[in-house]
This record gives sequence, structure tokens and C-alpha cells, in this order.
Amino acid sequence: MAAADAVSWYEASARQRVAAFLDADSFEEFVDPTERAMSPHLPLFELPRAFDDGIVVGRGRLDGRPVLVAAQEGRFMGGAFGEVHGAKLVGLLRAALDGKPSAVLILFDTGGVRLQEANAGETAIAEAMRAIAEVRAAGIPVIGLIGGRAGAYGGGGLIAGTCARLAVSEGGRISVSGPEVIETNRGAEEFDSRDRALVWRTMGGKHRRLTGGADAYVADTVAAFREAALDLIGRAPAFDRATLEAEQARLEARIARFGDCRDGAEIWARLGINDPDAVPAMTDAAFLETAAGVPEASHDAR
Amino acid sequence: MPGKMTLDQILASLFPAGHSVGVTDGLITGEGPFGGGRLVVVGLDGDTPLGVEGALVLSRAVLDAIKAGESAGSRAPILVAVDSDSQRMSRRDELLGLYECLAHLAKTLLLADRLGHPTVGLIYGHSAAGAFIATALATRVLAALPGAHPSVMDLPSVARVTKLPLDRLEAMATSTPVFAPGLDNMVATGAVHAVLDPAQPLDGQLSALIADLPAGDIRDRLGRARGGRPVAQAIAERVVRQARGG
Repeated sequence: MAAADAVSWYEASARQRVAAFLDADSFEEFVDPTERAMSPHLPLFELPRAFDDGIVVGRGRLDGRPVLVAAQEGRFMGGAFGEVHGAKLVGLLRAALDGKPSAVLILFDTGGVRLQEANAGETAIAEAMRAIAEVRAAGIPVIGLIGGRAGAYGGGGLIAGTCARLAVSEGGRISVSGPEVIETNRGAEEFDSRDRALVWRTMGGKHRRLTGGADAYVADTVAAFREAALDLIGRAPAFDRATLEAEQARLEARIARFGDCRDGAEIWARLGINDPDAVPAMTDAAFLETAAGVPEASHDAR
Repeated sequence: MPGKMTLDQILASLFPAGHSVGVTDGLITGEGPFGGGRLVVVGLDGDTPLGVEGALVLSRAVLDAIKAGESAGSRAPILVAVDSDSQRMSRRDELLGLYECLAHLAKTLLLADRLGHPTVGLIYGHSAAGAFIATALATRVLAALPGAHPSVMDLPSVARVTKLPLDRLEAMATSTPVFAPGLDNMVATGAVHAVLDPAQPLDGQLSALIADLPAGDIRDRLGRARGGRPVAQAIAERVVRQARGG
């Protein structure tokens, strides 16, 4: 395994991310692949199965502190939530309630619900959101890390929005309806899903960070995600009415201020960024400097 | 099967003495007297898609109910009545952070539940995908009325994505509840706890649900017992058990 600062989060597998993200050799997997916990439903569709159903869950240490970790594998069925996949995440979150770790980290890489197991996946997403609320209410931060090739789409986006803190890289995308879904339902005039630049401007990591939709923007390395997670664990908001009132005000203000904008670049201009068209091509360092000057980015009640 | 109940019929059955529940742009908000206290109602009517504005109207109403509960010292039950489309699918909604707005709405319901407000979902029409997760599925117990039609995705869309012929999917749907749209299948997975009887007064049926709220999230247990999610509960328990050991 290469050093964490050299491993691209986007390119790495779920297992590579977990191994390089946690303290060396500290990871212990639950329901590991030798248990062959595979989807009971995919054979009906004549689709191949995975021994881990596309998600790795377990415990480890982060800078010495005990944490629970779930990592989705975007290269298996787009990291989508099936019955087993979802149940592993739900089980991990429930385990946090009696294990009292320093944090639960969710390494998102998902297109959302696995359609072949749609009802099970959708229900598991609801169960995960309820469990996150309980874990957060118990004072345990739940942190989402988003920088995988599948992004955090559909129900994955809703779970991300339930987390106490989010870190995102440039390649991370967070959204409910994906570009293809919008195009299929509303036409290419509404969303041309092949226009990759449009996808980044609408739901990419830089846009999310500038508008306060994520709490940290990081370079595409495991080391950068690790550093961000350590920082975010230390400043996770409580799960109470004050936090949700603040989030309500934050989201209402965003819609009032940007509700008539048609494009991310229009929003960035309104945020006071001098050359919004330069944002997509900015280096990570230059972008971080720009984001630091945008007050909306730090309005982060969630 | 009788035709589906309309929102007006549901409200009349819930509140024989009248209520202040109204619908604006498909968004349901209001309350009425219930069981010696009051019942707060939020939701979506008329197959309405849920976008950023709508989610924040409903979350505002839930936060107001929580605030009122703090000063009143009693926590009113909250009914989430749903006949919706999916999330509103648009570039603008995603640009403005629909994932945050939908998750925020779900969080207000989950917080209300934690603070002691009984939260009950009632699906009486359609609902799908993100709109379903952010509303009815974020309650402690979800009831349905006959004629309700929850789905994640309709079968023609599933056929397009999975590249399987529609007639084959339709045949599979009759024997496999895990992917097919429809109320029976969501009951089988445990997402819908109970189906109410439209011929009986709803206030009594809702009171019975509230009196018998499950202590925790029992949806995976129901899914196992009903056969719609055969392995979820066992897998989640295995994770919990292994996390306890060592």
C-alpha cells in the first residue's frame, strides 16, 4: 500500500481507502467477505454478486481514537443500496450506540438505491437515517466523506445530508436526482447529462463547498480526507432543535438569495467571487483560498 | 377494493369536530383537536413533487410543532400524510441543494420523534424515491390506506435501467416483492407497518397506532417476518454482534 498522501481517493477501491485512511493495521472488518454475505436477489436478475455486497464495514483507529467505518464500493453495482449492503450500514450505525466510538465515518460512493432490490434499498436508507439521528443524539459525530467515482446520489445524498459534517473533493458529487435521471424525465434542455462541466457546476464538490453544502473541501488524496475527518470530528454540531433551526435559516437564506440563479457560476458571482468562470479550473490550493473568503461556506449547521 | 380516500375524507374522519388543516401548492399543514390534545398534520397532496421550497415549508411546520411542544409541556403527535410524486427532478433543485433540504425535513421529523412527539406516516396515494424517504419513511410508524401506491421506480423505468424486458419484470414482480412497486411489496419489506380500514373511523385507528408505537426501528424485523426482506435483520444483527465482541 502506497503512503496515504499518494493514494487517489477517486481511484482507490473501498478497501484501499479504508486501509490507508485508518491508522496502519488497525482495521477490523465486520461480516467480512469470508462470510459470503451476498445479495439473495441479484441471481434472479442473472447478475454477479460480491462477497461484501459492495460495502466494507468495521472498526479501526483514527489518530489513536476508536472509530467505526463504512466504505461503499462504487465499482460494484455503482455502490448502490441493496438489502445486504444497506443492512451492513444500518448494523454499523446501531453498533455505534453501544460501542460509543469517537466517530462513525461513512465513505460514500453510491448511485443510490439498487433498482433490482429497490424496496429493500429504500427502506434501508430510511433505517440508516433514523440510526444516524440516534447516533448523533448520543453525542457521536457521524461524518460523511465524498470523493468516489459514483458520488453520493439518490438516497445516498439524503443520508449524506443527515450526517453531522461532510468533506468533499472536487470529484465528489452530491445530489438526489442524477443528471441522467433528470435528463430522462425532463429532457436534455433541462439537463444535458453529457455536459460534464455542467454536472460539476451543479453538484460537484467545489459548488457544494462554496454554498455551505459541505463543511470541508479536500484534495483527492486519502491523507487529505483523513486530515479533514479529524478536524470535522472535533466540531460536529449537536442534534437538537437549535441546530435544525439554524439549518432551516441557512437553507431558507440560500433559496432567497440564489433561487433565481440558473447556473453554479451565477451563484458564485453573487457570492462575491471575482472570476466565477475560473473556479472549475482552480487548483485545490487556490480554491481553498477562494472558499475561505466566502462567508456562506462556513454557515454549516446541519 | 374501494377507491382511494381523498385528503378531505381522511381529515373528516380524523377530526369529526373540525380542523385547520389546509393545502397550499400541494403542501399540507395544519392541526386539529385529537384525543384531548391536538394532532399536527404535515404532508403532500395531489401527487405533488417535493422540491427545495416545499421541503422547507414542511420542516418549518415540524420545527414549529417542536417549539410549541416545548412551551406547552406536551408533545403533540405529528401525522405525515402523503400522496406525492417523487422528489422534484430539476437542475435548479439540485443546484440549490435538494439533498440538504430533503434530509433537513427528515431530520426535523426524527428529532420530533426523539423529543417525544409520536410521528406517524400515512400514505394514501402515490409516493416515490426521495420524497417518500424525506416524509412518510422518516416517521416512527408508517400506515397506509388501501389504494396507496408507494414505489421507488415504476417498472418501465426499471426495465430501461436493468435492460430487462418489461413482460419478464412483470412476471418476476408477482413472486418477488423486493423490487416491484406497490403497497403490498412495501408492506412485505416492513417499510409500511399497517394498512388501515377506510370503513372505520381513522381517529380511533390512529390513536391505537400511537398507543402501540414500536420502541425502536422494527422495520427489518417486520421485513423478515413478512418475507419481503429475508436477510436484512440477520445481517444488521451480525454486524452489531461482531462489533460487541473484541
